[in-house]
Amino acid sequence: MSAPLLSARDVGKRFGGRIACRDVSFDLWPGEVLGIVGESGSGKTTLLNCLAGRLVPDSGSVTYETRSAGSVDVHRLSEARRRLLARTEWGFVNQDAREGLRMGVSAGANIGERLMAVGARHYGEIRGQAADWMARVEIDIERLDDRPTSYSGGMRQRLQIARNLVSRPRLVFMDEPTGGLDVSVQARILDLLRGLVEGLHLSVVLVTHDLGVARLLTHRLMVMQGGSVVEQGLTDQVLDDPQHPYTQMLVSSILPV
Amino acid sequence: MPDTTIRDTSSQDAAYNYAYLDEQTKRMIRRAILKAVAVPGYQVPFGGREMPLPYGWGTGGIQVTAALIGRDDTLKVIDQGADDTTNAVSIRRFFARVAQVATTTHTGEATIIQTRHRVPETPLTDGQILVFQVPIPEPLRMLEPRETETRTLHALSEYGVMQVSLYESIARHGRIAKTYNYPVMVNGRYIMSPSPIPKFDNPKLDRSPALQLYGAGREKRIYAVPPHTPVKSLDFDDHPFEIETWTECCALCGSTESFLDEMIVDDTGKRLFVCSDTDYCESRR
Repeated sequence: MSAPLLSARDVGKRFGGRIACRDVSFDLWPGEVLGIVGESGSGKTTLLNCLAGRLVPDSGSVTYETRSAGSVDVHRLSEARRRLLARTEWGFVNQDAREGLRMGVSAGANIGERLMAVGARHYGEIRGQAADWMARVEIDIERLDDRPTSYSGGMRQRLQIARNLVSRPRLVFMDEPTGGLDVSVQARILDLLRGLVEGLHLSVVLVTHDLGVARLLTHRLMVMQGGSVVEQGLTDQVLDDPQHPYTQMLVSSILPV
Repeated sequence: MPDTTIRDTSSQDAAYNYAYLDEQTKRMIRRAILKAVAVPGYQVPFGGREMPLPYGWGTGGIQVTAALIGRDDTLKVIDQGADDTTNAVSIRRFFARVAQVATTTHTGEATIIQTRHRVPETPLTDGQILVFQVPIPEPLRMLEPRETETRTLHALSEYGVMQVSLYESIARHGRIAKTYNYPVMVNGRYIMSPSPIPKFDNPKLDRSPALQLYGAGREKRIYAVPPHTPVKSLDFDDHPFEIETWTECCALCGSTESFLDEMIVDDTGKRLFVCSDTDYCESRR
């Protein structure tokens, strides 16, 4: 391993007088899954948006190691290059699939959009790839021409994952990918994600409030409270032997089944 | 050509400035037109004025024409290819009155042709100007409702979403089912709405020797395709762009090469196909 894929240095963001996150630093290595956990309002999503170039942080920097152009400062890139990066090398999975999908067009068109955005102009090939990805995320290929409005919540989330992965990104940002889904659907999606992450050697930054999800998917964990990272380390280490009082509280508040 | 000199107005309707609009407004519109010509396919905002006809009846086209017209111009106005519909007749009479121009129905004689929803069948020539009336200038509007976002997409040439709409059409209908207002790529840079002309007319826009100006009155946008500019209709490699074809010929002139309108002529459902371009049809009879 030569260089980290993504590194954040002292990233901070405030909304008026309210501090959303401050002094967040970490390195994400290729193939690594980093979890960001914490309660609602702890700045997880703001941090994710800063990392993904959707929000401009007030302080600090985010550097990304591109496939061909070396390392770039995400927030110093021109808007055109940042958007290109976001739709070729990155993916972003929203909690609410409706935000990440085009609900008015078929599943095939949703998956094919990124391909067409980078210049694919052969209908048969685009459709073939869309069908291939439908199969990989375990959606019935019969539903290829159906709109996501007719899909269940779990299927929409799978479709959103397929739509992001079709362009072979190296880094995927996920904001509560299993939030709002029932437990059995959650389990299948987690299974699917784990397979895809390993198979495609993806790096992932995963925001979640669910420690079970973090335990299953992530290699490393950052615990946030009030905008600051209070503890970070290997997932098992953090969850089995929490050091910070807040983390201890978080771990002990998991309901035993 | 633009006429800016102040003349004796005794021969015209003295209540109005020449060609209805005041000179400052005409200057502003001409500047927008110059910018539009300099950046083919780019939508230039302009300060659209109230015109003496409702939005949707050609307020954009009529303002562009008013800014261009001069005493030695000859004006032709068509509506769906016809010279004799209410809209066409009214606009022609309007300019005959406020600008004292000669009017014609013959495509070859006109210097300015204002059109709604058609390009004449007779090939246009150098020096002619075709003025389109445009209801919705933004080709991405139905796909992306936010104006800030569509502007960004144009600026960055991010046109994947346009292709998505064509994909969707093939997935649903087995072919690209859009038959009018078919999106085009101008000069390899901007995607443009050619106004609701049938896709039959799209090939006529490509490298046309005439200047094409598009005016949208409600949306207050002007855009242009300068003469001899490449205009490509979007498509897929395995679903190439095709124009409409008919098995019939025109019942009046026998043309097999023009755009035909289907007309139901009696209560028993008898139907006829006739040229939509009345001037072309009459010249062949």
